[in-house]
Amino acid sequence: MALDIGFGSLTITFLVTLYAVGAAIYGERNKNDRWIDSARNAMLLTFPLLTISIISIIYLILTNQFQVNYVAHVSSLSMPVYLKITALWGSQAGSLVFWSWLLAAFAAAVMLRKWDNERDLLPWVIIITAGTLAFFLFLNVFFENPFARLWQSVQGVTVSMFAPSGAIPYIPANGQGLNPLLRHPGMIIHPPAQYLGFVSCIIPYAFAMASLITGRKDDNWIYISRRWTLWAWVFLSLGLVLGMRWAYDVLGWGGYWGWDPVEISALLPWLTGTAFLHSVMIQEKRGMFKQWNMVLIILTYDLVIFGTFLTRSGVLSSVHAFSTSAIGPLFFAFIALTLTASLGLLLHRWDDLKSNNELKSFFSREALFLLNNLLFMGVLVTSFWGVIFPLISELVSGQKVTVGPPFYERATAPLLGGLMLLMGVAPLSVWGYSSWKTLGRSIWKPFLASLLTIPVVFYLGIWKPWYAIVAFWMVGFVIAVTVYEFWCGTISRMRRFKENFFVALWKLVTRYRRRYGGYIIHLGMVLMALGIIGIEMFQTDTQGTIDVGEYLQLDEYTMTFDDIAIFDTNDGRYVTRAVVGIFKNDEKVSELYPRRDYFYDARQYVTVPGMRSTLADEFYVILVDLDPITRAIATFKIYHNPLVKWMWVGSWVFIVGFIVTVWPDKKPHTRR
Amino acid sequence: MKKFIKQIHVILLSIMFLSLAFPHVVTAQDPTPSDDDVNDIAEQLYCPVCENIPLDACATQACVQWRGIIRDKLAEGWSEDEIKQYFVDQYGDRVLAEPPLRGLNWLVYIVPPAAFLAGAYMLYRNFRTPKAANGKQGTGHKQDASSKAKTEPEIDNYIAKLEEELRNR
Repeated sequence: MALDIGFGSLTITFLVTLYAVGAAIYGERNKNDRWIDSARNAMLLTFPLLTISIISIIYLILTNQFQVNYVAHVSSLSMPVYLKITALWGSQAGSLVFWSWLLAAFAAAVMLRKWDNERDLLPWVIIITAGTLAFFLFLNVFFENPFARLWQSVQGVTVSMFAPSGAIPYIPANGQGLNPLLRHPGMIIHPPAQYLGFVSCIIPYAFAMASLITGRKDDNWIYISRRWTLWAWVFLSLGLVLGMRWAYDVLGWGGYWGWDPVEISALLPWLTGTAFLHSVMIQEKRGMFKQWNMVLIILTYDLVIFGTFLTRSGVLSSVHAFSTSAIGPLFFAFIALTLTASLGLLLHRWDDLKSNNELKSFFSREALFLLNNLLFMGVLVTSFWGVIFPLISELVSGQKVTVGPPFYERATAPLLGGLMLLMGVAPLSVWGYSSWKTLGRSIWKPFLASLLTIPVVFYLGIWKPWYAIVAFWMVGFVIAVTVYEFWCGTISRMRRFKENFFVALWKLVTRYRRRYGGYIIHLGMVLMALGIIGIEMFQTDTQGTIDVGEYLQLDEYTMTFDDIAIFDTNDGRYVTRAVVGIFKNDEKVSELYPRRDYFYDARQYVTVPGMRSTLADEFYVILVDLDPITRAIATFKIYHNPLVKWMWVGSWVFIVGFIVTVWPDKKPHTRR
Repeated sequence: MKKFIKQIHVILLSIMFLSLAFPHVVTAQDPTPSDDDVNDIAEQLYCPVCENIPLDACATQACVQWRGIIRDKLAEGWSEDEIKQYFVDQYGDRVLAEPPLRGLNWLVYIVPPAAFLAGAYMLYRNFRTPKAANGKQGTGHKQDASSKAKTEPEIDNYIAKLEEELRNR
């Protein structure tokens, strides 16, 4: 029953999206508002309809209906309830429906805004969002159906929506359960945040395309979609940070980013999205780079589809995997089609988007923003190329190669360093004209302050490598410039309006949310950079096999192996848990419990590290192995990760910055 | 009895001293390579079976065996490069963390810097004065159409101002 309702609702939603596209086109062609309103209602309807499908999938999982192939694939009897709910997005079919549901939510929200000033854009925004939604629902209904069931017939066990003739239901006694790596609280927040990020990028794209199609030459679409773009950016960023935190917690190699194709596919739209956020400011202030901003938003949209495609299909393990799943070629075709159509449209309107001004100086804010774009695109091209090159190599020469972290790190480190430097310089530049003299005049004070970082770093005993010193200085430089900007702004308000320091600071930030919110986000980024510098340049590790009672040593830490416990849990795990004592300079600072869980249903191991964390560093222990015979000799791998906690602190700071930036402004007439 | 013991001692000592006459190489047995030594090499290699997992982090049985092979070869005195080459010979180039510099692989290293330089050049071209700039724009990105005076811009600006006022109402 739930299954029929769920599938029925899914199919109806698909038809509704097709109707929305058709009605919007018809209404637009015939200038008939009633048809456009009907299309708008159809778009609104997709959200409750898909909610029904989502609820039915969750219901099927919670009631252990293993005849449903998806349920058998992602769930099992021993999984706790919260994991069963997250199993909705545990594998391809369910996560595609989840993605569609989130898009429907955003599309419905867009439909609910006041359209009075942009009635001409409305049909096209509907067509684009409904069209994208239709594509994903098409995949679900015809190829990756979460409601398909298992049937038994003479030929064996098959999967299909409706019973093949002569087949009876096949109901496994238990499912195989969620991949054990996914059985972690991170599963609750990372995929939703990541998908929210992907999906929300579609809205600014829809406005941009609508603007192009209707032949508008103004910049309205930027103003309208600004809040949507900000939300998209923050969700993309959160998705990435949560993924990093999860990888750090669970993957067992003491790292947060492996330059894996799936990770990179989530990074690519973030790069174009961040470049876009900066570049549109040039369009707003100086009316320039309209064509480039269109390119950026088109790229963001197609990279989002590409990212969803990579995350959910196994295409990058091999070109041959590409064709084993039918949705591979379909995704590819959709991306090719939308990219060609969007770029073609842009070329058609190319001359309409010519700018009114030109770049005058290398140090003007617009030039520095362009440099920002160049650096982001550099990272993009490098990462994208590294991801597709193994495919090209396999296609052309049959040789499989790995493009791994050394390639990416070497190429992107200087570019990211350049971006950090820009975060320090650009805030002090001005629109229109700047020379190195004018820039120098504003920058020399914070620059001098930043030089204090160097003796501090030396005092802490860090003399090498040279690029680490430079990197630490850059962190100090960005902080100095940002604090200086807040300081100057506050002081000038205090003088002019006779406010006290805190009132002045508050009013400064709330009057110029975009600027100061942006500065706070920069601060967050540079604190994350601090964490990255610490772990990337100063991580140490060691591995050893010791008896109970023995110890391992790493830097100033000693780890004693105190005890081992082996037991079964009631959620289907066989746990091997070690008790280790952590001593720093011979003083006990912590007790940790690294363990290894074996999941009976999935027949897989997951290592859960023990971590002792301070702002200065993190001590990270993995139980690699326990000798099965003696059960008292264990292999541990320990990592010493300096400063890594600043990555997570930095991410909180940029969330605060986002809130400041996105908070609605008071009405203009109350501004002072 | 005492004489017998003394004779045995003489014989044994003679054998010992005689053996010193024959120079031969005495090597102390190599200490078993530590896990860290193995991992130093393993972290530069990639699991031939699992996707994108370095050999030191991979937990599968096959990887455990491969790390064992590294340990044995280290004990036998193989150098790091020899061990890496052994794995490449066995499983192909994909075990290395980066494509080796030959044939098509050169493209991996050339394309990103080339694209970056191309982008930087296009950026630089944007700084040309209007007179020097070419009329034809093409499909390059970062194009600032340093436009000639047209009848449109002033009207566009006026409309833009109107629209801004309308928006703010």
